[in-house]
Formats: sequence, structure tokens, C-alpha cells
Amino acid sequence: MDGIHDMGGMHGFGKVEPERNEPVFHAAWEGRTLAMQRAMMYAGAYNIDQMRAAIEALPPELYLSSSYYKRWALEIENLVTGLGLADVDEIKTGLARHAGKPLRNLTAGEVPNALTRGSYFRPPPSPARFKAGDRVRAKNIHPPTHTRLPRYARGHVGVIEAIRGCHVFPDSSALGAGENPQWLYTVRFEGRELWGETTDPTLTVSIEAFEPYLEAA
Amino acid sequence: MTQDHDHDDDRAHGSELSEMQLRVRAIETVLAEKGYIDSAALDVIIEAYETKIGPHNGARVVARAWTDPAFKQALTADATRAVQSLGLIDRVGDHLIAVENTPKLHNMIVCTLCSCYPWEVLGLPPVWYKSAPYRSRAVNDPRGVLADFGLTLPADAQIRVWDSTAETRFIVLPMRPTGTEGWSEEKLAALVTRDCMVGTGLPREPKDIA
Repeated sequence: MDGIHDMGGMHGFGKVEPERNEPVFHAAWEGRTLAMQRAMMYAGAYNIDQMRAAIEALPPELYLSSSYYKRWALEIENLVTGLGLADVDEIKTGLARHAGKPLRNLTAGEVPNALTRGSYFRPPPSPARFKAGDRVRAKNIHPPTHTRLPRYARGHVGVIEAIRGCHVFPDSSALGAGENPQWLYTVRFEGRELWGETTDPTLTVSIEAFEPYLEAA
Repeated sequence: MTQDHDHDDDRAHGSELSEMQLRVRAIETVLAEKGYIDSAALDVIIEAYETKIGPHNGARVVARAWTDPAFKQALTADATRAVQSLGLIDRVGDHLIAVENTPKLHNMIVCTLCSCYPWEVLGLPPVWYKSAPYRSRAVNDPRGVLADFGLTLPADAQIRVWDSTAETRFIVLPMRPTGTEGWSEEKLAALVTRDCMVGTGLPREPKDIA
């Protein structure tokens, strides 16, 4: 989806403003939101790609005007109602009117397991098409659904720097269409290839690109 | 009139905060009543991120790499396995990658599409990492971003930006500051900042902690 979330290379957002002695959370609800997200994913209510897709689907003006954890809270609301895990009315009023569906409820004792990231490695369905050193072009594709190929790389030529294994493919997983494992590569681009001749010649940028995003160049 | 206006602004600000408190409480109540989540488990998760999981973990990894060449080699070969071997973290998730700074190469980490960050070794990302200015500019103006952090690199240093567009996660292995020969791992770890492991800073100098 060519959405507002795909920010690489955009102009006009101003300076980066680090906060001194920043707290882990700026309000108690931020921590509750983060913890709910972790617990719901552990419960199998939705996966990380569905989560990202739901955030990206927020209206652009709402995305830009919401803090990171506010986006998460809105995304949780949209996912649980969209997946039929709760009614809009229940979320609005804070009152559960119907029994829940069976999910793997995370208990306090299981939290240490839940805090470890899962592995996204999957057995490869076929050998990797590219090897380190190969020149590749990021395809000029614009799927209206979730993808992890940033706009700024599309159409540009880079070099395969490393093969990272065969992973769950977010473009499929976000749709609930299965894991559809694909080879993942680090692809390195010259800054000038991406941004033009006036760009800092010392810059190189890499993306982590799934095989379906790439073609031989 | 002015007073009323100010008053309204204050109330608007206050109700924005309480609106989120109420809204999140409503979500939590419904999800808990439906048996999807357990509020006691949420407490444990929050406590872990407030007290256990943070950049002090990454700092230990970097300090070990500075003092133990075999570990450094293992770290750059397979960071997941190497960090696991330290026993700092119960279990390290797959796909952690350490990228090493040299006098000629400076690495910087970003996630332009969301805010992917190596939580297990650095904790939760700071607000600036998740902000539009950082996510937009890191890939086309990293020197400008570094200037916002008060950092100027030599003009001929190569800058490599790693956009975390998949489930691979990156941590920068910064250069060991000079004047730290013979230092213990613990003392070295005190030089390692969060920002230097993201690539938006350099480690502290010995004089900074004297």
C-alpha cells in the first residue's frame, strides 16, 4: 500500500528532536497498549503483519496526528472488531456483551516466553534465485495491500549483499493468506542511484527485500 | 476572552490524555472480560520493559565484543547465537544482525515503514526513532540527521543506512574509544549509549565518565 507510513525520503517533517532522559512510557495507557498488543499476538488473535497492515490502513491525517501508541490502540480496536473478536459497541462502551472466542490467553507466568520474538525462518520451498554479488532491480510494483518494499527503492538497481534465509512473506501473511515463505536478501543501493547525482557520494542504503520484490538486472 | 481561550486549550489538551486513558481502559476491559487477555500478565510485561529489557543489555554485548576478539567474530557472524551465549537474556529471538563501525564506515539503523528496532538488546525505541523526521530523512540525509544529534563525521567516511524492512533486526557495533586500554568489561559498558548502538551517536569518551 502506497500509504503515509512509507516515509523514506519524504521532505518537510523537520528536525529530529531527541528527548533527554526519556521515560519508557509517557503515560500509563501507553504501557497498557503495548502489553495488550503483545498479549493479543501471543493469543494468536492476529499476526505482526496484520497488525502493521491495520496501522497503515488508518486515514493518513489520523496516522500523522497520532502518537505511536495511539496508532496501536486504534489498530487494536480496528483489528478486534474487524476480526469479529469484539463488537464496535462493546469497545466503545467498555462492556462485553457476548462471550469471547477461544484464544490462548497469556498468563502472567508465561510472559517470559511471550517476550521472546518468534522465529520467522521457514523451510525453503525452492532454492534461492540470487546470490551475494548479483545485481538486482527492485520491481516497480504498487500493491494496494500490505508490502514491505519501500517506495524509494522501487525501480532502482542494487546488489545482493547477503542472503538472510527463507522467511514468512508479510505480503501474504498480512492478508491472512498463509505464510508463503520467501527468500530474504539484504540489497544495497548507492545513495545516488536512489536520490540522484546531487546526493552525498558516501551514502549507501540497504533494504531487506523478499525475493518476489526483485528481478535480475 | 483570552482567558477563556487558554482555558479551552488546557481542557482540550487534558481531555485528549484522558480520552486515551478511557479508550484504552475500555479496550482492556472488554478483551479481559472476553478471556483474551489477563490484566496481571499485562502488568508483568510492562514491568519487564520498565526494569529489565533496555540498552544496558546491548551495552554489555558491545563491551564484550571490545574485549573478546573471538566473541566479536561470533557476534558479527551470527549475533542471535552470540548474544544468546552471553546469557544476559533468557532467549534471543532469531534474525539479530550486528554491523561494525570502522574508521572508514559508519552504520545507522532505521525502519522507514514502521519502527522496527532490536527490542531485546535495546529495549523499546525512543520517540524520535519512531518519528516522521527520523524515518523520512535517515535514508536520504543521514548526515543532516546526525547533525540534529550534534554529530559530525569525517567527510570521507562512508555512511551505510540499514532500513529494517523485514524481521531482521540490527545493532551497531561502535568503535572502542581510545584511552580505554585495560578497562574491564563493566567499565567499558558504561561508555556504550543507546544512540551509539543505533548509529545516531558515538560511545562516551573516558573523560565523560571520569
